[in-house]
Amino acid sequence: MDFLVFQYPMITVQACLDGILLGVLFALIAYGMALQWGVMNIINIAQGDLVILGGYIAYFMYLYGIHPAWGVIVAPVIMYFVGIAIYKLVINKVVDRDLFISILATFGISILFMQLMNFAFGADVVLANSGYGTTMLFDSNVVLPNSKIFSAFISILFAVCLVIYMKKSKLGRAIRATAQNARAAKILGVDTEKVYAATFGINAALCGVAGALISITFTIHPYMGLPYTIRSFMIVIVAGLGNLPGVAMSGMGLGVFEEFADYILGTEFRIGSVFLLLVLILVYRRFKLSRKREYLK
Amino acid sequence: MNKNNLILYIGILIFGLAAPYVFPAFKVQLSILCILIVLAITWNIQGGEMGYNTFGNILFYGLGMYLCASVQVGMFFPLAEWTESGGEKTFVHTPTQFFQGMAVGLVVAAVVPTIVAALIGYSILGLRGHYFAICTLGLGVAAGEISGGIEIIGAGQGFTTPPFPNVGSLEARGEFFYFLSFLVLILTFLAVKAIYSTRFKLILNAIRDNEDKAEAMGIETMKYKIIGWMISAFFCGLAGGIMGGLVGYIDSTDVAFDGREMGVFMVLMAILGGKGTLWGPVIGATVFHIFKEGFWTFFLGWQYVALGVLIVVIVIYFPEGIMGWLREKYPERFGEVVDEADRKAQVEIK
Repeated sequence: MDFLVFQYPMITVQACLDGILLGVLFALIAYGMALQWGVMNIINIAQGDLVILGGYIAYFMYLYGIHPAWGVIVAPVIMYFVGIAIYKLVINKVVDRDLFISILATFGISILFMQLMNFAFGADVVLANSGYGTTMLFDSNVVLPNSKIFSAFISILFAVCLVIYMKKSKLGRAIRATAQNARAAKILGVDTEKVYAATFGINAALCGVAGALISITFTIHPYMGLPYTIRSFMIVIVAGLGNLPGVAMSGMGLGVFEEFADYILGTEFRIGSVFLLLVLILVYRRFKLSRKREYLK
Repeated sequence: MNKNNLILYIGILIFGLAAPYVFPAFKVQLSILCILIVLAITWNIQGGEMGYNTFGNILFYGLGMYLCASVQVGMFFPLAEWTESGGEKTFVHTPTQFFQGMAVGLVVAAVVPTIVAALIGYSILGLRGHYFAICTLGLGVAAGEISGGIEIIGAGQGFTTPPFPNVGSLEARGEFFYFLSFLVLILTFLAVKAIYSTRFKLILNAIRDNEDKAEAMGIETMKYKIIGWMISAFFCGLAGGIMGGLVGYIDSTDVAFDGREMGVFMVLMAILGGKGTLWGPVIGATVFHIFKEGFWTFFLGWQYVALGVLIVVIVIYFPEGIMGWLREKYPERFGEVVDEADRKAQVEIK
């Protein structure tokens, strides 16, 4: 337990800023989650592992002497095709089935990816050094790495581009139509199979961007995927499907929560507190809904 | 039919009692098989009969494991010193202390998870469908992460369970744990079989088929869901307690709250055997364990890759399981009346 947070206000500012910059990244991953959940009715447990895979792409560019920030452009391109491949091999067989089947199937993909990454890249914690330096604020009481600011900026950029793309382009319209009513969209000539594949590809590409940014700002490790899945799931259920400002807000909120949990409870309880928060949110939601049900009675 | 069943049960019992002497090299594997079958059977109460696909039964398993070991140590020695890192372990259990501690530990390991299930049941079991699945997944992982930060039970470096005392024979350890787990397996099977022959099973099936309708018919669904979860928790806790002693070492995320392995294994075994049947989990666990051990032995290192592929293949291509497949093939054996002409007509339509 560390009560420094309450005695020294600058730590609070530091934690809030860190949390917000981190939360923007979470929101980007959660946006992909919301997209596939809304369109295909799939909960992808392998989401976090796609993020980590994207991170390793940026890390390998760093190892071969290319600046890892270029991973932001390379990773989504590669991940898009990885996403399409996963869709063609597995996901298209579980789209219309029970949600639990999709959860379990993607759980299998998650274990597979985790282990393959462990074989390919080793079990070390790695990070790609961007060499961006730090920014000092408030008489150098608050230290922000420039890489975090860069990653938040890039996340927002990608999110805005995607929103515009979804609004304006033909594929974006098709995706939104399929999300509203897949049957009707099919009747009106939308190739839903193609739309599903594209959606999953876009989701994987978003994960790739987020992963590349995470490899610059934080660390990556083959087994670190599941917490990212849980975070994005949590953000989506708090914000609701298709509520984009909500996703951004709850993402930042989660980031701030995590930073404070880290300071107050200690780093060893950080992941545990995230999972516990998920349970608490779901239980809260259950009681809220049941009260509504009783009211309807 | 009844006579055949009796012969089958007696055959299994004789095989179970003779197994450690016939296959002395596989005693540990056979004990693990018993534990796996117990876990699959208990998962089937939720996932198969009640339609609540839980990843969270691992919580009770891990809880039982930690509780049994803590009680076994804590009854005779200071627990904090036992789990302290570094230094030689100077405490040694005498045989009497070991078995007394194990007995009390197993009782605690069974009772406390049951109480925990009753306490959290009302909030967790109110969730439906995938929210329930993800929530229980979170519960299991959270328990692992949090227990990995608690000092008194060994935190991140794990907890060594009391070593088996020297009682003369070298084979005693394996036999003791084998017969203990076999006993728990028989207890679980008989208890679940008894439960499945009552109205309780019908209520669980009603909850699976349509919970709102069941509630409208006047069934207090929440009460039965919680009771079902408590039964699972009881046997999961027992299984966990034995497994802790068998493995000899408890780690928070790799042995006890191992949602990635054991937590998925129980789901997979029940689905492989056939959800919602009495024998399905037993068959599924046996097939799965044989496959797993074979693969683990010959392709060491690739086991998790194989596991991932196996999950995807079973879930996508084999969701009905072995019992479901048998049922489709030989419906007469399952007491279903089949009209021959109707069956032929169906084939022709295809």
